[in-house]
Amino acid sequence: MSVAPMLEIRDLHVAINGTEILRGVDLTMDRGTVHAIMGPNGSGKSTLAQVLAGHPAYEVTAGTVRYEGQDLLDMAPEERARAGVFLAFQYPVEVRGITNSYFLRSAVNAIRKHKGQPELDALDFLEVLEEKLKAIGWDDSFLNRPVNEGFSGGEKKRNEILQLAVLEPRLAILDETDSGLDIDALKTVAAAVNTLRSPARAFLVVTHYQRLLDHITPDFVHVLADGRMVRSGGPELAHELEAKGYDWLRDGAVVS
Amino acid sequence: MVATESAGRYLEAQRRFAANGGASAPGWLQELRATAIARFEALGFPTTRQEAWRFTSVAAIAETPFALSEGPAAPLPALADLEPFLLGDAAPHRLVFVNGRFSPALSRVEGFPAGVRVESLGAALRREPELVRRHLGSVAGFDDHSFRALNTAFLADGAFVHVPPRVALTEPVQILFVTVPGASPAATHPRSLIVADREASAAIVETYAGLGEGVYWTNAVTEIVLGDGARVDYHRVQRETEQGYHVASTQCHQGRDSRLTVHPVAFGGALARHDLLVALDGAGAYGVLNGLYLLRGRQHVDHHTVIDHRQPHCESHEYFNGVLDGTSRSVFTGRIVVRPGAQRTDSKQTNNNLLLSADAHADSQPQLEIYADDVKCTHGSTTGPLDERQLFYLKSRGLDAGDARRLLTYGFAAEIIGRMEVAPLRERLDRIVRERVWGG
Repeated sequence: MSVAPMLEIRDLHVAINGTEILRGVDLTMDRGTVHAIMGPNGSGKSTLAQVLAGHPAYEVTAGTVRYEGQDLLDMAPEERARAGVFLAFQYPVEVRGITNSYFLRSAVNAIRKHKGQPELDALDFLEVLEEKLKAIGWDDSFLNRPVNEGFSGGEKKRNEILQLAVLEPRLAILDETDSGLDIDALKTVAAAVNTLRSPARAFLVVTHYQRLLDHITPDFVHVLADGRMVRSGGPELAHELEAKGYDWLRDGAVVS
Repeated sequence: MVATESAGRYLEAQRRFAANGGASAPGWLQELRATAIARFEALGFPTTRQEAWRFTSVAAIAETPFALSEGPAAPLPALADLEPFLLGDAAPHRLVFVNGRFSPALSRVEGFPAGVRVESLGAALRREPELVRRHLGSVAGFDDHSFRALNTAFLADGAFVHVPPRVALTEPVQILFVTVPGASPAATHPRSLIVADREASAAIVETYAGLGEGVYWTNAVTEIVLGDGARVDYHRVQRETEQGYHVASTQCHQGRDSRLTVHPVAFGGALARHDLLVALDGAGAYGVLNGLYLLRGRQHVDHHTVIDHRQPHCESHEYFNGVLDGTSRSVFTGRIVVRPGAQRTDSKQTNNNLLLSADAHADSQPQLEIYADDVKCTHGSTTGPLDERQLFYLKSRGLDAGDARRLLTYGFAAEIIGRMEVAPLRERLDRIVRERVWGG
């Protein structure tokens, strides 16, 4: 048994096009926990999510990220995915001509192949898929549509969660999964996420608003502002932010 | 001048053809051929100084001494040799032409509803010349087109499909034009005439292919005539060899409330040029052009499309995707004409080109000519390498860079194939694309 935390970020500095976005981020997450990262627009929340997934546009200028004891920053995006890191994108891209089910099977088989497991054929995979859909309470209506093509905002976000359910990551990062969702869609997505919580899986939930956290109750809430964590606390911190906004944290009230 | 000299070769060949093999044709056809060769003589081969041929030089065709194909070489290819180009039991009806001539032994046409004609054009000209005359050349004019003029001048054989009013063909009809090249370069001028009368329907799969080594040229014309309320799903697969030249016109006329889908797919050819015309000539007609080209090596493939909205309340959709590797080059011209009075026209056009190599090149030119005021016309075109955002998305799901690239490339082609109506053809094309993308 490894004693290393699931995720350990130390003094992470990240720049894009020469502009520093993250300026010394620290975060430690254990298995089975749900951490929320909140913060105003431009605070670096999404940058953190993208960097953890390995987006090539971001440059890590200092600091370390260890995932289950491994150097995450040294891994290619696909290696991170195969090791169990998953990012639910804020803006999922369209992939023309590829159906959702075909795409998911390609992803599952890429991971299985990497683990030395036999690949699943279309029929075997359909069984897995049906089971996952049932578990999160969704129908199969968008399995045969091209990936995200012509999907509404809500459908795209749901699709990200479906991928999460099928790929079974150990660290799931949700990047503003609530943005663009109406309240019903938000509840649907949150309910699915809750069914996917488990002692073996950690969630990093990045959000601007507290409303998602009404439905996915975090164990910890962190506030990111100007590229640094300015406050950490329990779920009550989210409510405090909802009531007071972000400004009171930025006016020098930095808490280590 | 080279152009005149090379054109002269065809004038001489046509005189011989008209005096020998062509002499048994009905008088009106002989006259049509004579008019056509005169027109070809006046036009000569097109040059890149002409707007419609700006990006495509046909000098290689003009300068190669193509003889008129003598018909099938002996022995005929076996059915097994043609298997890669046919859809097997899933599509039992087929007309097969070898080097431009109908091959009864390789064809199978039986069990159609009464009144349906699926036969060689040569046979139809003998048996029902008036039926053929009514439609032949009605859509494929040659006043402004050297290659259609040449095709018409040598018109002797090809496919004839005629579906009478309110008859539906339930199974697709395959038409295969295969060339087995000989020792010296030869040309064929195949002609297809497909007529779906009022409220009739049919699905057609027309394939052009080459078998074996040698330089050859296919100069094809297909005419498709849809009566009021007719429905035709026309698929066209161009699989010439790397040494094959392919010039073709697909000319379609749509009556009122008719529905036509045209699916041109180009895999082969050293040089290929395909002119497509969809004339929406009856109110409420619906036309789709759904095309794909997959190029590699030094291939040059040019699609020149015209969607002509001649009547009000018509709808057209045009999708062309191209995937280019090596030093290949593609040209896409998408002309949409909305005539005066063609109000409530709804027309959409997209052309997307995926460049897999830095040395591949795609030209894309939409041309909108709108002479009515109450219309909806949109067009869009993209050309470039794979999208970095898509690549990252796929990698973030565990696919390595190579698999991500292959899957996206496959998707580019699969998007077009997915719109086709004939399932066994979809499966066949899907397999070809997979082999191209993944190797094997």
